[in-house]
Amino acid sequence: MAILPIKKFVFSKRIDPYFTGVYEAYKFTALFFREVFKRPFHLREVVNQSFEVGIKSLALISLTGFIVGIVFTKQSRPSLEDFGATSWLPSLIGIAIVRALGPLVTALICAGKVGSGIGAELGSMKVTEQIDAMEVSAINPFKYLVVTRVVATTLTIPVLSLFCSFVALYGSYVNVHSEETSSLVSFYQSAFSTISFLDIFSSVSKSLVYGFTIGMVGCYKGYNATQGTRGVGKAANQAVVLAMFLIFIEEVVIVQVANWIRYF
Amino acid sequence: MEKSRHIIIREEAVISIQGLYKSFGDLQVLKGIDFTLFKGENVAVLGKSGTGKSVLIKIIIGLLKPDRGTVNVLGQEVDQLERRELDTLRLRIGFSFQSSALYDSMSVYQNLAFPLTMNVKNLSQAAVGMAVEEVLEAVGLKNKIHEMPSDLSGGQRKRIGIARTLILKPEIMLYDEPTSGLDPITSAEIIDLINKVQQQYNTSSVIITHDLTCAKNTGDRIAILLEGRFLKIGTFDEVFATDDKQVKGFFNYNFIQ
Repeated sequence: MAILPIKKFVFSKRIDPYFTGVYEAYKFTALFFREVFKRPFHLREVVNQSFEVGIKSLALISLTGFIVGIVFTKQSRPSLEDFGATSWLPSLIGIAIVRALGPLVTALICAGKVGSGIGAELGSMKVTEQIDAMEVSAINPFKYLVVTRVVATTLTIPVLSLFCSFVALYGSYVNVHSEETSSLVSFYQSAFSTISFLDIFSSVSKSLVYGFTIGMVGCYKGYNATQGTRGVGKAANQAVVLAMFLIFIEEVVIVQVANWIRYF
Repeated sequence: MEKSRHIIIREEAVISIQGLYKSFGDLQVLKGIDFTLFKGENVAVLGKSGTGKSVLIKIIIGLLKPDRGTVNVLGQEVDQLERRELDTLRLRIGFSFQSSALYDSMSVYQNLAFPLTMNVKNLSQAAVGMAVEEVLEAVGLKNKIHEMPSDLSGGQRKRIGIARTLILKPEIMLYDEPTSGLDPITSAEIIDLINKVQQQYNTSSVIITHDLTCAKNTGDRIAILLEGRFLKIGTFDEVFATDDKQVKGFFNYNFIQ
């Protein structure tokens, strides 16, 4: 009887790693949920990481939010002017910013700034054996490095997102005020009059998911970095690209779900 | 450089390895390792690069899992342990990395205090400070307490790496290439430190090296690891006097180097 050769790959050498990668990512995420509710919680490290994610991103988020508010208002005005409906600007901008732009802009900025930072930091720790050093010192590196960072991004990014929305609305007000006289209070009142609880809820929920994604992808890519310094760069780069890609997919899904709830 | 005088208890094995195999993909690295480390003993494992020396000690501490064979450390089968049991065992083992693996975002003090504060609960700041100073004194770098790892020389980083393992008062020390990348004078200082640690902390040690001077001056026994197997284990003179062509070839290569 002829001996059949052992099949080394299910599909091919290039395709197989994609499937094993998905399985590895699933295992990594499952491990996070197993570890996150177990002691010790390393609260001090969670606070440190929240500071890194939150306070250190505030300036960038503020500037970006402010510019988004101005630009979006500038772009929307001509269309509304055609219908003589410029008084609807605050409501339109309010809905657009709270429902979509605030969380999305914050998530994309954080994917670039925080996600790459986490990917590079953990990648560097991995290739210089610092993660192994924790392991041999009887410290659970997954819990100390991954769980704390993912919790920090998940909790901090919704706060940043709300802050970004407020600043973007202020940017919008500045633009509106430059064209016509209006008070800040009446602008905010008008903007919030059309925003429902569901809008705020979906905005915060979205940001929670984005925060989790950014932390998880950054940690996963960094924690599994290989090939020395080249691997660190690759981890940082992939952390940003994959996080952004996932954020857009999540945006589509969450918008569908929110709309379904809204019109149910 | 003076070899330390210490008592070896041959009735008590702290590490016992039998029939150990390990491969990475198609590459078979360890091909049936049998090895015993006795209490109070230093064994230097010599071999060319890529022969699996570091893999061996990473299996001993549970960083890698063996394909086959048993690894018994301080009476426990390493690959059979649950995470918590393995962590408890690891507290009794010190591991000094080839690259030192200091946490580069932490100062020397924080590097040394970190394993202690993470593993010993309710320790006062003063107690941590005293423990840090004690190990820094042992490695002769008390004046570097507030420096960052990036400000230290290669030899100093190695010393701090050893100090970080000593802070948990290990019973076994595993050194991965302690003198690699160092000049002869700094190498000699590290060799003295390994012997000093052994006397001061009563450790049993496995020293992975390809440096004959380091092996001769630290090891009570020398084990030659070539092509995934121990070709010869014995005192330096016994191993040096062997007729085995591969072992002789290894020694000749090192002398030429």
